[in-house]
Amino acid sequence: MAGKKLMYGNHAVVEGVIAAGCRFFAGYPITPQNEIPELMSIRMNEIGGVFVQTESEISAINMLFGAAAAGKRAMTSSSSPGISLMQEGISYIAGADMPVLVVNIVRGGPGLGNIAPAQSDYYQATRGGGHGDYFTITLAPHSAQDLYEFPKLAFELAEKYRNPALILADGLLGQMMEPVEFSFKPIDPKSLPEKEWALCGCKGRERRVVRSYDLKAGKLEVLNLRRAEKYAKIKSNEQRFKTKYCNDADLVIVAYGTCSRVADAAVKMARDKGFKVGLLRPITLWPFPMDVLGDMVKKVDNFLVVEMSNGQMIDDVKLATECRSRIYFHGRPGGGVPTPPEIYKRIEEVLGGAR
Amino acid sequence: MPEVKILEEVCKGCGLCCDNVCPENILILIPDRINSNGYHPAMVTDMKKCTGCGYCFKVCPEPAIEIYK
Amino acid sequence: MKMIFGRPAGLTETLQRYCPGCGHGIVHRIIGELLVKLDIRERTIGIAPVGCSVFADEYFNCDMIQPPHGRGPAIATGLKRTRPECIVFSYQGDGDLAAMGTAEIIHAAARSENITVIFINNAIFGMTGGQMAPTTLPGMKSTTSVKGRDIGKQGYPIKVCEMLASLDGPYYLERCAVDTPRNVIRTEKALKTAFAHQISNKGFSMVEILSMCPTGWGQTPVQAKKWLGEVMAEYYPLGVFRDLSKEGK
Repeated sequence: MAGKKLMYGNHAVVEGVIAAGCRFFAGYPITPQNEIPELMSIRMNEIGGVFVQTESEISAINMLFGAAAAGKRAMTSSSSPGISLMQEGISYIAGADMPVLVVNIVRGGPGLGNIAPAQSDYYQATRGGGHGDYFTITLAPHSAQDLYEFPKLAFELAEKYRNPALILADGLLGQMMEPVEFSFKPIDPKSLPEKEWALCGCKGRERRVVRSYDLKAGKLEVLNLRRAEKYAKIKSNEQRFKTKYCNDADLVIVAYGTCSRVADAAVKMARDKGFKVGLLRPITLWPFPMDVLGDMVKKVDNFLVVEMSNGQMIDDVKLATECRSRIYFHGRPGGGVPTPPEIYKRIEEVLGGAR
Repeated sequence: MPEVKILEEVCKGCGLCCDNVCPENILILIPDRINSNGYHPAMVTDMKKCTGCGYCFKVCPEPAIEIYK
Repeated sequence: MKMIFGRPAGLTETLQRYCPGCGHGIVHRIIGELLVKLDIRERTIGIAPVGCSVFADEYFNCDMIQPPHGRGPAIATGLKRTRPECIVFSYQGDGDLAAMGTAEIIHAAARSENITVIFINNAIFGMTGGQMAPTTLPGMKSTTSVKGRDIGKQGYPIKVCEMLASLDGPYYLERCAVDTPRNVIRTEKALKTAFAHQISNKGFSMVEILSMCPTGWGQTPVQAKKWLGEVMAEYYPLGVFRDLSKEGK
């Protein structure tokens, strides 16, 4: 495929995953991401991949565990309640150091919540999500284009560090249509190198074991300390973000995904009125772009965190800035989406006459 | 003539091979011997009677029995 | 002299940590032999369960994976669909398969995944200390049914072979036991058949094996094998529950 095409965000994920050389999808329908398994069932059939509609998200994530242990790129998608069900499996996958891709098209929660877009799974995504000491690499797209490109990046990071990777989008990004440019050459899965840890039968080599447990005294501590080193490496190498108008800013909005788009419009409104406002958009939520915020805090007096939740990422902003600046919050929980005037009003409240 | 070798250190003394398994009834747990795991290992009382049928091996969970012919 | 019976090359040298008289070792030995006899050891991926036989990943001399409790059939699906040239078996106990993983086993069977499931039914939770299993017999004592399983409060056991035989998906289902040499030989035959069906891409096979847990049952190994034959096999009848090869499929 070449050129540009008008696509749903959810469809862009499917094409991005396939272009990334993934030929294994397992999942269970849940709104607002149903377009992903629907299109996947057609596309995997066309290209000789595997599509399994599972009995549950628990089963889906474990099929990924199996496919990843076999050394293949494997992905699933779901929305918040389904991702909660997957946490057991994600913990085991992290404990076995296996790369998989999980896409969460977040909806309102807790519980069954609603099917409106939300960002209330931030804690779950960035704090491991299940039991035990682990983290998942978490990417936050903000457009259909990102949804096309991030699966490739997610697989590359997941395989480089042997760690599960998440794409944390929301119902709005999944359901909206935007032009998507097929910006990279699709990867032929056969061109991907065989993993030196993959299970494929022990012909001509020692047998391999994939597992997340070690009951020998002190052994798990050693494994977890080694994993901590891996996480430290990811934190120092992989912080990704975008900034806009931050150099002279009196106030910087920190927002990801859908909120970063709304905030972008609010920044423009504020600039038109003479307020010096910038935007920081985290692209990796884990590792969180701590370093750029650590630098910014020396010059920026005010941060406004905008989230479609009651405030989760704001904790990371506070940690990154060590609360040395004033940190304000504007949130819309339970499926609400902020508007540019709403955010502009908060800017005006904070900066008052400082224009 | 078949020969049965009991791996005494592997045997857990469960006695499954000694109870109505051997057609010749020539397996017992040695009451006065204890291996390093604390088990009484099995032994063959009369090797000449062994037919090498392998029944003792079939029910041995470890397996701690080897049979040679 | 030539060794005619002995530890098969399909098992590692690691000595098994199961209790004396535990049936797991017998089934391990059979699988270890089949990996060699069927010449599949070098292309087999085994799945260990959660429970006593979690350590199976140290005992089988082939590639192994250890998944979450009960999820073996889902893991097997992921492995087999991406590596159809490999032989995939899921080794599961009754807590793993008939409690936690009930959904996974039913749907893998319904999809007729081309895998082999080995289901060890010892009517009790061994690893956690003898609690009631979904397969614990009515009236049978366990550490969570100390006066015996009360059907009124704790319900009935699940007969897995019978349950799966109600589905169209499975190709081969058999229940065996490892209490006597004769039954062990039948189990050997059943497992060989199950693996052979996978090798010829027939679909889902499961062999349920009634197995002794002397520690969990509070019996000596010899008492346990007798109880298995006299009581347990009465409740869980041995036999073939599905064999589509007999129907020419």
